[in-house]
Amino acid sequence: MAIPFSYVARNLWTRRLTTALTAGGLALVVFVFATVLMLDAGLKRTLVGTGEHDNVIAIRKGAETEIQSGITRIQASVIETHPAIATGPDSRPLVSKETVILISLRKIGAQKPSNIVIRGVSQAGARLRPQVRMVAGRMFSPGASEIIVGGAIARGFENTRIGDKLNFAQRDWTVVGSFDAGSSGFDSEIWGDVDQLMQAFRRTAFSSIVLRLADADRLDAMRADFEADPRLTNELKRERIFYSDQSRALSTFINVLGLTLTTVFSIGAMLGAMITMYAAVSNRVGEIGTLRALGFRRANVLAAFLVESLLLGLVGGVAGLAAAALMQFASFSTTNFQTFADLSFRFVLTPQIAGETLLFSLVMGLVGGFLPALRASRLEIVEALRAA
Amino acid sequence: MFLLRLVLRNAFRHRLRTVLTVTGLAVAVLAYGMLQTVVNAWYAGAAASSATRLVTRSAISLAVWLPASYETRIRGVDGVKRVARSVWFGGIYQEPKNFFPQFAVSDNYLDLYPEFVLPEAERAAWMRDRKGCLVGRQLADKFGFKVGDVLPIRGTIFPGTWEFVIRGIFDGADSSKVTSHMLFHWDYLNETMRKQKRRTDFTGVYVVGIDDIDNAASIAVAIDSEFRNSLAETLTESEQAFQLGFVAMSDQIIAAIRIVSYVVILIILAVMANTMAMSARERTSEYATLKAIGFGPRFLALLIVGESLLICALGGALGMALTLPAAAFFKKVAAIFPIFSVSSDTLLAQAACALAVALASAVVPAVRAARVRIVDGLRAIA
Repeated sequence: MAIPFSYVARNLWTRRLTTALTAGGLALVVFVFATVLMLDAGLKRTLVGTGEHDNVIAIRKGAETEIQSGITRIQASVIETHPAIATGPDSRPLVSKETVILISLRKIGAQKPSNIVIRGVSQAGARLRPQVRMVAGRMFSPGASEIIVGGAIARGFENTRIGDKLNFAQRDWTVVGSFDAGSSGFDSEIWGDVDQLMQAFRRTAFSSIVLRLADADRLDAMRADFEADPRLTNELKRERIFYSDQSRALSTFINVLGLTLTTVFSIGAMLGAMITMYAAVSNRVGEIGTLRALGFRRANVLAAFLVESLLLGLVGGVAGLAAAALMQFASFSTTNFQTFADLSFRFVLTPQIAGETLLFSLVMGLVGGFLPALRASRLEIVEALRAA
Repeated sequence: MFLLRLVLRNAFRHRLRTVLTVTGLAVAVLAYGMLQTVVNAWYAGAAASSATRLVTRSAISLAVWLPASYETRIRGVDGVKRVARSVWFGGIYQEPKNFFPQFAVSDNYLDLYPEFVLPEAERAAWMRDRKGCLVGRQLADKFGFKVGDVLPIRGTIFPGTWEFVIRGIFDGADSSKVTSHMLFHWDYLNETMRKQKRRTDFTGVYVVGIDDIDNAASIAVAIDSEFRNSLAETLTESEQAFQLGFVAMSDQIIAAIRIVSYVVILIILAVMANTMAMSARERTSEYATLKAIGFGPRFLALLIVGESLLICALGGALGMALTLPAAAFFKKVAAIFPIFSVSSDTLLAQAACALAVALASAVVPAVRAARVRIVDGLRAIA
């Protein structure tokens, strides 16, 4: 027969201060662990959500980002007439020839400017990205020096409210609207008319071409046509893959740094749990002797102390996870090493992360409590009773 | 003396508990030191920059190039001694994870950087070879580059695979200089671009050497006003401000690392406070006995504070002693940061943290022990 759970729980409750301190240490480690996972999940969700399934992006071969790429006007006109491209309601092909330029803008309250993507899009640009919705103001009109700003820009940067003017490339650009891009990467961008921006920046080549396939399976056929055409030096990528590739370096960095830290920190917290559990055992030698004398077996004693330490880990895990859940209200913005542009994303708590976090806290409790529980189970009945 | 002996005996009464606590402290102090060093490493570029150099770039952003024709006009500004061109090449050596910076630079670039030491013969060899390049010592050591090696680099901004011949390896004048980059001829880049019928005669930034540090601000303004209202307006700032701009791009990551480095102190504080609280509670009756035979509350408080200080001193010292080899190991294995050395400030901060943890965790038990009434204390059971 197992030792009742209430005995275990009451032991923790009796030594409240010690329990609180140990669980507090565990909770801090769990908090760091969970926020790292949440940050990575947020980054991935933002960049994967930026791409549409049947959208394809053409960039110059060898380029990894739109900033590095260049597509001449001749190439662009070859690409946009390819038969695999879907047509819109106006029976024009769903193609957006785009130019991507970085400009420096100052974050509210920051000393140093950040690099922001300004994207020139064609008429079809917004239709190709259904996640982009205007939330205030209106769309820029073609042929005018007007721009619209993404949600993260409107919230975080100076001088980006509707009616404000931004000066770059020898022109004043009026902010006429702001859009919400469903927390995708476009939220950290500014959009304008591609022809106006190309003219202002004296560009002769587009950066990328985004197109919608009439049939998502025709990508390979289109690739083959591109390979065969000597005029084209472009490669085609599914938009979703293109953007998730851009999260790779930052995601690896966050993961390596975060998981190294939590591993090191967890050593400290596990030692804390071990100290507590050893003390719990040595304070209760008499009780353990009594339990054994009553007929509980070694395995029961071992289990009781393991459960106690698992419970300790769980208390810390739940506390840490609760604190981490609050981080969902915060957002994080940093420069993506690969695109050199500022990207804003949120901490995202998924059920999987919650599960992993609780498992992690239980493992810490288990590792911390195993040796003390083993010692408790090995006590000899007679000596233990004598110690009481 | 009696106090010291009692402290020593008390600290090692539960040998296992003390060993565990000291280990925990050492791990935490070590982690704190490593995190501080990571933050410092971020600022290494800015710390190594010279006050006699300005950087002129496009006012729009770094990703926009400036015309090469600006060079003569910048040289004409009063107080400017030298002007060099530098273009970020952004190529990939074998695979993306082997990242290192490459710059196409004008031939006078090294004159502006006296902190990079290159043997005269190697410099002459580089000058003679249009496809020649120079690599820094840290970079050469990392990949095992030797003079004469051919370095194939796949361009991302500039298409194609470019082949460079290593003609020299430059050293930093002292250990604080970052030498993990590669330099090659701007002319080679420009001519290749011309052959490909693409944009030519541009530079990413101008590095401007000035005669007098005191004039830096006015020279920067003079350069920028030279190009105001032109097609490519410029932004000139000191090299340090330029480097800090890169640091600022990841400021939230740095802030997160800073916060986390305090979290580890909190974790260990919880562990240490727990150890002290447990020990003090178990000894309540002893403290009452000591009081009964005439020792005052001050003595008891000192006894507990002393024990806490002793344990933290051991843990802190162990952690600090481990920091230097750990940093050396990390630098060798991970090689993310070219400069990764533990500063004396970091060691001081580690000691301060250990001290703070010792005092904070002794407060509650010491006050309790000092206040305990003899009768209650004698009656107490652990």
